[in-house]
Amino acid sequence: MGQGAVNLGTVMEEPLDEGLRSELQRRGVWVTSMQELYNWGRKNSIWPLQFGLACCAIEMIATAASRYDLARFGGEVFRPSPRQADLMIVAGTVTKKMAPQIVRLYNQMPDPKYVIAMGACAISGGPFKQGYNVLKGIDRYIPVDVYIPGCPPRPEALLHAFMELQRKIDEQKLTGQDKAEFLKKETLSEYPVPAFGAHDLEPPANPRLFHPPAVERA
Amino acid sequence: MESLEEIKARIETSVPGAKIEVVPNPGPANQPSLLLDHEHAVAVARFLRDDPVMRLDFCSNVTGVDWLDRTVKKKVKVKKLVEGEEKEVEETQEEFFPGYLEAVYHLFSMAHKHGPLVVRLRTRDRARFTPLPSLTPVWRSAEFQEREIYDLYGIRFEAHPDLRRILMWDEFEDFPMRKDYREPDDYEYEPTPHDEVLEKAKQHYPARPTVDGAEEVTA
Ligand code: SF4
Repeated sequence: MGQGAVNLGTVMEEPLDEGLRSELQRRGVWVTSMQELYNWGRKNSIWPLQFGLACCAIEMIATAASRYDLARFGGEVFRPSPRQADLMIVAGTVTKKMAPQIVRLYNQMPDPKYVIAMGACAISGGPFKQGYNVLKGIDRYIPVDVYIPGCPPRPEALLHAFMELQRKIDEQKLTGQDKAEFLKKETLSEYPVPAFGAHDLEPPANPRLFHPPAVERA
Repeated sequence: MESLEEIKARIETSVPGAKIEVVPNPGPANQPSLLLDHEHAVAVARFLRDDPVMRLDFCSNVTGVDWLDRTVKKKVKVKKLVEGEEKEVEETQEEFFPGYLEAVYHLFSMAHKHGPLVVRLRTRDRARFTPLPSLTPVWRSAEFQEREIYDLYGIRFEAHPDLRRILMWDEFEDFPMRKDYREPDDYEYEPTPHDEVLEKAKQHYPARPTVDGAEEVTA
């Protein structure tokens, strides 16, 4: 995320009039904004972090392989280092023993970074929700952009989530009040790593991040 | 394979002093087992492995069992003086069995293609890290499984080469597979709770409003 891009973006404070743009396009002049160009580049080259946690990882591997071919969407470059990754696909069961490592990997990824929670386990603990050793959803510790339900989700579902993420990236603003979160100075890009406690992880969830839906009672 | 009684008799002649008990299993599985005493367990295991007839060279599975304290009621006929006459009266007596933990080994023979022989070890009590002899020196395949029992049941295997927790983290203090284990309460939100889970989730629900609100609504 270069500083230069943001400065160039400020030139295009005013959004381009759609009518003018199509008029220009008809005459063979292609006009775009810095923001569009920048997001277009970003969304078509998302490098996922290469790691899998359980059975869902097999589907993720299938998605990256030739039959489903994640490369069609620019996501085939799985990086073995968090320093080079844009996207964390949490594919599988997150055990409580593994959770601190996941948060640490997330913290080591450079901004802008995105998270897909793949499968029932990563969303909520899935079939192991009532167990003693499985984290009840990775969103207790890190922010999640796209959730994919399923046990396991099919490769098509992961592709769908990937396209959903691309749409999300495409809509991110570079300037103005509603600019993307990662561009704001006050946004945290690191989250506290939970510690191994005597009975559970400490804390069991990040209270600033995790707000379970309240049960309404009449 | 020989019957358990025959095996027991041969062990007792070969390993002097060994106290072996045949534990029946009246369930549909009908898989009786041998209960070994702590002192001679390793010697008996060596015998089972090296004996040319048994050759139980493969320990396929080691698992733990938790038996809580229990009282068994039974009816006994007692002679009593009733109104000056001696009569036989039925009485219920309660017998108390203190709880214990067990490690159960399933042994097979690759050489003779027979098995399984089920062997049990029983702890004295259900204390934290209550001891049992380790059979890892006899069957190397027991190493990780004994570590798992140590982790989940809290049995300390004496003479185990590398006894550490294997699934839970080192700082963890509970034994999740014991029957009196209570998991940490993190049931803030359950989309479809029922039974036990519903009871747990209810503790996190906001309190019911005392005033129903309906009284205050005036049309
Ligand atoms: S959601 Fe299902 S398939 Fe995916 S990791 Fe969990 S159990 Fe495995």
